Amino acid sequence: MDVEILSRIQFAFTISFHYIYPPLSIGLGLILVIMEGMYLRTNQKIYEDMTRFWIKIFALIFGLGVATGIIMEFEFGTNWATYSRYVGDIFGSALAAEGIFAFALESGFLGILLFGWNRVSSRVHFFSTIMVFVGSMFSAVWIVVANSWQQTPAGYHIAGAGLDARAEITDFWEMVFNPSSMERLWHVWIGAFLAGAFLVLSVNAWYILKGKFLEIAKPSFKIALAVATVFSLLQLVAGHASSEVVAEHQPAKLAALEGHYDSSARGDMYLLGWVDQKTQKTTGIKIPGGLSFLLYQDFNKPVTGLNAFAPEDKPSQVNAVFQFYHIMVAIGMMLIVISGYASWLWMRSKLFDSRWLMMVFVWAVLLPQVANQAGWFAAEMGRQPWVVYGLLRTSDALSKSVRAEQVLFSLVLFTLVYATLFVLFLYLLNKKIKHGPVMHTSASEEDTEHFGVRENPMLRGGKT
Amino acid sequence: MFLGIDYNTWWFLVFGAVISGYAILDGFDLGAGALHLFLKKENSRRIALNAIGPVWDGNEVWLVIGGGALFAGFPVAYAAVFSAFYVPVMIFLVGLIWRAVAIEFRSKEPGRIWRLTWDIIYSFACIVVTLSLGLMLGNVAMGIPLNENKEFTGEFLSFINPFSVLVAITTLALFMMHGAIYLAMKTENRLYTKLTILAKNFNVFFLVAFGVTTLYTLLYIPHLSNTFRSSPQYFIFPVLMFLAIANIPRQLKKGNYRFAFLSSAITIASLLITIAMEVFPNLVYASNDAANSITIHNGASSTKTMRILLTIALIGTPLVAIYTSFVFWTFKGKVKLDEMSY
Ligand code: HDD
Ligand code: HEM
Ligand code: HEM
Repeated sequence: MDVEILSRIQFAFTISFHYIYPPLSIGLGLILVIMEGMYLRTNQKIYEDMTRFWIKIFALIFGLGVATGIIMEFEFGTNWATYSRYVGDIFGSALAAEGIFAFALESGFLGILLFGWNRVSSRVHFFSTIMVFVGSMFSAVWIVVANSWQQTPAGYHIAGAGLDARAEITDFWEMVFNPSSMERLWHVWIGAFLAGAFLVLSVNAWYILKGKFLEIAKPSFKIALAVATVFSLLQLVAGHASSEVVAEHQPAKLAALEGHYDSSARGDMYLLGWVDQKTQKTTGIKIPGGLSFLLYQDFNKPVTGLNAFAPEDKPSQVNAVFQFYHIMVAIGMMLIVISGYASWLWMRSKLFDSRWLMMVFVWAVLLPQVANQAGWFAAEMGRQPWVVYGLLRTSDALSKSVRAEQVLFSLVLFTLVYATLFVLFLYLLNKKIKHGPVMHTSASEEDTEHFGVRENPMLRGGKT
Repeated sequence: MFLGIDYNTWWFLVFGAVISGYAILDGFDLGAGALHLFLKKENSRRIALNAIGPVWDGNEVWLVIGGGALFAGFPVAYAAVFSAFYVPVMIFLVGLIWRAVAIEFRSKEPGRIWRLTWDIIYSFACIVVTLSLGLMLGNVAMGIPLNENKEFTGEFLSFINPFSVLVAITTLALFMMHGAIYLAMKTENRLYTKLTILAKNFNVFFLVAFGVTTLYTLLYIPHLSNTFRSSPQYFIFPVLMFLAIANIPRQLKKGNYRFAFLSSAITIASLLITIAMEVFPNLVYASNDAANSITIHNGASSTKTMRILLTIALIGTPLVAIYTSFVFWTFKGKVKLDEMSY
């Protein structure tokens, strides 16, 4: 295997592993803000207990997010040196802004969020929770801006030629607000909120099934359900907006997403399907002309197909792109159905009656995770063979001084390390969930007397 | 130009300041981790971990900012250095992973074996991270072979050489001393007494390592003392460094750990400044042919980007300073364990 393929595998592997955690951190951040906000408003102990429980889970997830994120930052230099020189002017400023505006905010206040419960007033603590959440939202901004610039470059010009060629900023704000960045940012944020909400739903659905911690599990479930319902609907809007941007700026990717080859034909939309790259035929359950309709509000208008592009300018893994995209969209629909149905039951006060629905929620935690990963794979593989769309090819972006054995070494190293980490992560997460929240909620007279005195209940809590 | 200094030099200063900030801040975390196994009791280890618990992640962010600053301002250097040191960088990164997760995982199970395992991984990771940092610093200071396209052409294992190994050991000694002093500030009673002894021992370790490295540099790496030979007015920085170093044992003897910490922080900063002054205006000195060196001009982003970056730094730095101080202030004083502690 050569440096290119090894570096691609390593990048895809390390970013996918990283991307398990950030959406959970961002999504749980939102839920924590809501829970702690309710605690401050109502001063009810259950909200304090649920906040403290989720802070501990948050700490574990955040820790892994940080540990795996550092790798990403340096991997551009180690494996994609030519790329780094090429886009340093642009990508670098986004990454620097991310460090100074987002990560510093996040990890600074994280200390107070995790360890400050007894040291600062409840308002300052709440403020820290908000800052951590805002910081994690910001970190998504800059990295998505950088990535979107690669998809739809803007606000730059090319200086130099040959090996010295590189992109230089001409207009910072045009670079930041490049054609796809805002649509993709919303889409990524909402995907993160869904990931967080469904984790909370899953854990609490499990408690409800087991009949444990009910005083806390039910209200927590409702908070997360509200978030999930709202954002799964909004995700449809955001995803559609992203598709329109792809249609306008990356026609080859759009054609790959729907497995559409023939430029003179109308564009169909598939629910399920299979692309045969040899025969260039796509088969499956489809809405004839659906793609044409979504793009032009006309079922018969032709859509540019893959045949319009030279082989070296279009993605080679069309079926993979197609499948990833359709998995994501299918999951988007499922999330709407599940959370919508549950909300409907909630309105009729029957939410917790159905055991099978709770069972569905226990497992549904996987859905947003899969959709997030599939979304990135569709977006990134659909962009191939370009690293910077239309400007720099992936095969030209490598580090010339790095040899295949070195990349193989690091790939094996990361595989071993990440596999170990993942097992430990699941083990500890599972343990924390089994242990459950520490309840101060038994609503006895003594407890109510201690409202507002934060040290007291604390000392009774066990350590794990 | 801004205040009579060109943007590239400004950004070099900013980058240097961030890296010094990183070395001072994460230096004490890494040092505390490196000496972790010298603390024998479970409670001592917990206190030591909680002394850095709320701040280590914020400290590590300085590395992230430094990486971003290099990538943005001097992409050519970023590309050359990290691809040249592919293997040590990977080892460094994996070390950082284990450091982070060991801190997080250790407290999650009460078992003795579990905790001991994580103590060992934690301490070992901190040592590996520190050594590989030192190794890379040594190599950058010494210079690496580069071709006209500013790509590394050296041998795969050439990063291991006597000078860099000496720098690595000195860095480890420095951080361990720095960490011991920090922990002494944060602890009381018997643990405190133990740490004062450790701090003194590591101070001796550092003085020896530093002495040998300095001697070796003066004898074998002449280009690392050129600037000071030709322009003696810059001697102020090495002098400052020597004063700070000499002050550490004095303060340790007096038991004044705050001043000892300040001195070791100044030592770290002035060491880096001294190296930076020798290297400047190069970022990476090409050991095979000085003409191929990456400088703050030929390795830089466009002027426009430099201006944007300085704006970002001007807005960002005060903010970071404010909330970093706020966090340190919140956790000031001796460590107290509570239910949320590690
Ligand atoms: C949608 C959001 C998102 C995406 C696409 C990425 N990250 Fe990330 N990253 C985060 C959102 C995030 C976060 C939420 O801010 C994390 C996760 C948990 C955490 O601690 O911060 C984080 C942590 C994190 C850290 C550690 C920060 C610290 O020490 O606090 C670094 C250096 C990176 N990331 C770098 C990257 C790079 C170079 C990426 C692209 C290749 C990347 N991340 C993709
Ligand atoms: C915003 C965060 C990012 C995420 C979540 C992400 C996600 C992904 C995913 C899922 C893949 C696998 C696709 C595949 O294997 O074909 C991938 C591949 C890749 N991405 Fe990204 N990416 C991100 C940012 C970037 C950035 C900033 C770069 C700049 C270099 C980049 C360059 C690449 C490269 C070179 C590959 C390997 C090519 C390939 O295998 O197709 N990505 N990325
Ligand atoms: C509901 C229907 C959905 C549609 C129509 C849709 C559409 C899209 C499109 C067109 C892209 C590619 C954008 C590009 O390449 O620039 C994309 C990417 C992505 N999708 Fe979706 N999506 C949907 C649901 C979801 C869901 C439910 C999630 C996660 C919970 C999700 C997560 C992502 C992610 C993480 C990316 C990669 C980042 C990006 O390119 O924006 N999507 N989506």
